Amino acid sequence: MAKFKGAIVVDTEKCKGCGLCVVACPTKVIELARDVNGKGYHYAHMANADACIGCSSCGLVCPDTVITVYRVKAS
Amino acid sequence: MTATTEINKIISKENLVYGKTSVLLDNEMHYCPGCTHGVIHKVIAEVIDEMGIQDKTIGVSPVGCSVLAYNYIDIDWQQAAHGRAPALATATSRLMPGKYVFTYQGDGDLASIGCAEIIHACNRGENIVVFFVNNAIYGMTGGQMAPTTLEGQVTATTPYGRDCKVTGFPMKITEMIAMLPGTRFVTRQSAETPGAVRKLKKAAQKAFENTRENKGLSFIEIVGTCSSGWKLSPVKSNEWMKENMFAYYPLGTLKDE
Ligand SMILES: Cc1ncc(C[n+]2csc(CCOP(=O)(O)OP(=O)(O)O)c2C)c(N)n1
Ligand code: SF4
Ligand code: SF4
Ligand code: SF4
Ligand SMILES: [Mg+2]
Repeated sequence: MAKFKGAIVVDTEKCKGCGLCVVACPTKVIELARDVNGKGYHYAHMANADACIGCSSCGLVCPDTVITVYRVKAS
Repeated sequence: MTATTEINKIISKENLVYGKTSVLLDNEMHYCPGCTHGVIHKVIAEVIDEMGIQDKTIGVSPVGCSVLAYNYIDIDWQQAAHGRAPALATATSRLMPGKYVFTYQGDGDLASIGCAEIIHACNRGENIVVFFVNNAIYGMTGGQMAPTTLEGQVTATTPYGRDCKVTGFPMKITEMIAMLPGTRFVTRQSAETPGAVRKLKKAAQKAFENTRENKGLSFIEIVGTCSSGWKLSPVKSNEWMKENMFAYYPLGTLKDE
């Protein structure tokens, strides 16, 4: 089991749906929503939240810096 | 415990491991989805924050898509005429010693109209940092050929692909710059993976440390994408960049003295 459990918060109204975070995530947590935000972009969201290890990879590559990452030690 | 309550427990201040630095303003960036300019802005802002130099840093923005960089990084800025950022940075760093002065320039701005400016600033060894964003195209004006455009690359002005017999060869500015005795740190980086972003951050930090120590000019090329100009999705652009750009513009540090 992973040593850490993580979670991300995406500022969905500012997300541009570029998909770079989807590719960067090593555990395939993120997908682009079927829904669109106010700008018409398919925003990123945690589709597979249980798999998040809080590694921050998604946050680092996001050009619009709209991802916040949290992490705790797995119990 | 349900999955949602577990996630809500993780999402709290004391568990925060990555978020937006306050040196980056809340303004929404005008860049296209996936544009490398956004990642580079973020990296520069994080380094300024971590080094505690926000009130001592002065940026010079170019003409190009990043002309509005001053809307995003919360420091003092000037905006230069096309290609002339090195001249403004020269004056600023000479008149205001102790400040951290950098230029932020695209490949059209730096390698085309501003080619003479940058070469002389590097040759003089001005105590500044240069961020050179090479996306192999004029992004802002609609995707025309730049001096850095690859052989065979299709742009608005090379619809059949760049023909080097007619337009000359893609210019390796960074290799040229590294030959000049005035430069101290010359490196080529990228920003498409978490590892690359971390490396770029280290390079940016080293560059600003060089300024602090009055070491002279640090030059950081960042090979990036322009999905709108390249007519590819952001993800496909990164793939195209890795396959084609990295072969001609290899990543790594050319000089560190
Ligand atoms: C004196 C002058 N000549 C030409 C232009 C038109 N122009 C605006 S941006 C640009 C090129 C921008 O390309 P680059 O520096 O690569 O920046 P990018 O948008 O790709 O980041 C040009 C030629 C101008 N604004 N001023
Ligand atoms: S990288 Fe950022 S802007 Fe792009 S889809 Fe992910 S959250 Fe949205
Ligand atoms: S923090 Fe890491 S594991 Fe979690 S969504 Fe982001 S990239 Fe994936
Ligand atoms: S045109 Fe190209 S360089 Fe300009 S914002 Fe769009 S993707 Fe970025
Ligand atoms: Mg360009």
